[in-house]
Amino acid sequence: MAMKPRQRQRLFRWVMYAIAAVVVGLAVLVGDWERIGFNFFNLEVMGRMFPEVLTIAARNTILYTLMSFAIGLVGALVLALMKLSTIAPYRAFAIGYIELFRGLPALITLILIGFGIPIAFDFRMPGGRVGAGVLGLSIVAAAYMAETIRAGIEAVPRGQSEAARSLGMSQNRTMYTIVLPQAFRIIIPPLTNEMVLLIKDTSLFFVLGTTPLTKELTKFARDFMVEIRNATPLTVAALVYLAITLPLTWLVRRLEKRAAVSR
Amino acid sequence: MAGAPAREEGGGVTVTAVIEIRELHKYFGDLEVLKGIDFHVNEGEVVCVIGPSGSGKSTLLRCVNRLEEPTSGTILIEGEDITDLDADVDALRTKIGMVFQQFNLFPHLDVMGNLTIAQTKVLKRSKEEAARIAHDVLERVGLLDKIDEYPIRLSGGQQQRVAIARALAMNPDMMMFDEPTSALDPELVGEVLDVMRKLAKEGMTMMVVTHEMGFAMEVADRVVFMDDGVVVEEGKPSEVLQEPKTERARRFLRMVTAK
Repeated sequence: MAMKPRQRQRLFRWVMYAIAAVVVGLAVLVGDWERIGFNFFNLEVMGRMFPEVLTIAARNTILYTLMSFAIGLVGALVLALMKLSTIAPYRAFAIGYIELFRGLPALITLILIGFGIPIAFDFRMPGGRVGAGVLGLSIVAAAYMAETIRAGIEAVPRGQSEAARSLGMSQNRTMYTIVLPQAFRIIIPPLTNEMVLLIKDTSLFFVLGTTPLTKELTKFARDFMVEIRNATPLTVAALVYLAITLPLTWLVRRLEKRAAVSR
Repeated sequence: MAGAPAREEGGGVTVTAVIEIRELHKYFGDLEVLKGIDFHVNEGEVVCVIGPSGSGKSTLLRCVNRLEEPTSGTILIEGEDITDLDADVDALRTKIGMVFQQFNLFPHLDVMGNLTIAQTKVLKRSKEEAARIAHDVLERVGLLDKIDEYPIRLSGGQQQRVAIARALAMNPDMMMFDEPTSALDPELVGEVLDVMRKLAKEGMTMMVVTHEMGFAMEVADRVVFMDDGVVVEEGKPSEVLQEPKTERARRFLRMVTAK
């Protein structure tokens, strides 16, 4: 049977729609909606989670994220400059650090920082377990963001620093007044993505141990789920995560669109 | 003399070379792009450097403020050896205005910011003084009405005139132009050349790498023809451009005028 390419494309698309409709239909028919509603969307359980899920859990998630992001950003900037340095040992250190902490699971880094360092050096982390968690996550975030910042710096045309140097600016001043402001404009979208990843990584803080006041969203929901033997807390936590991350990803899209226009 | 402060050395009647280059060699890896250049620019002189692309003329110009590191040789700027490792290159560069083919304005700053940032950060001028000078130089290039615009909103010709103003705001003793009109649409070349012509008339010391033979003929005191990393011919514009002595220069001029 001879079909024109456009007809074939249209047929293929309708087959896809049909498959999707069948899968959704089966799920609706086969699913036990009473049990699903009781276990995942239990209004009574939801009511018992407020206000703590916002005033403690969500607040802690945001706080841990912002602190890790801020410290990680400073570390990442230093690492990026080291990686671009003409001094070989600086470059070697930056490469070693970045490869190490991008290669390890964040969970292991957190455990190493939270338990390893206190044992090895008999040292009490400032800020206790939260402090160790923030430090560990900052270390991981710095490794990831360093590569983003380096790419941003390299995306600024060479002529920019040549013009600045020709006006008598030193290498450092050129970096801080001419190159970095332009680099950050380029990397705000990818950095915001890093922040979205960090938000989710704060759920690893549980390995360091928590108190009722230091639980973040995932730990808070899991403990409550175990306590009442109902999965609704996970649903609530998921919705709160989305309420935080969706505006951020929306912002990234806006920023990317704006960057595309101004170029 | 307009703008440039009088310097103690060479303040007399004698003609002094403000740029003096001896036996300059430059390698990029194994490739020798400058093969022993002797070159000078006297105070108040306009020297145009012409030659085919790849002849090393831009590299020569960029060596003058050490955007390129010379491999060997001496470069004296106002008598000071800048190839010396201990030379204060940053201070030296403030005396040498530089204009690039691609303009290289700072896109994150408006015209005022472009004109004042090095004045305040490098020369430590007050904000008010820097702004006053920015007004002056912008008026000289005829773009005072663009002071609050961002570079992206300007035409290529306007951007290049702002770039010239940015260099002038530092009160340089000399100006380097690296193919300043090569990236411009043909109808925008004239306005940039007009600004350069005016500068030359005011007595600015200028070194211009260019393909604009008309400009060289009219404005240059001396034309230097380079090919394959060496200075092949130099002299008055009428000599080099109209009665070239070497076959290489004749062939190059035939090709550019044939266009």
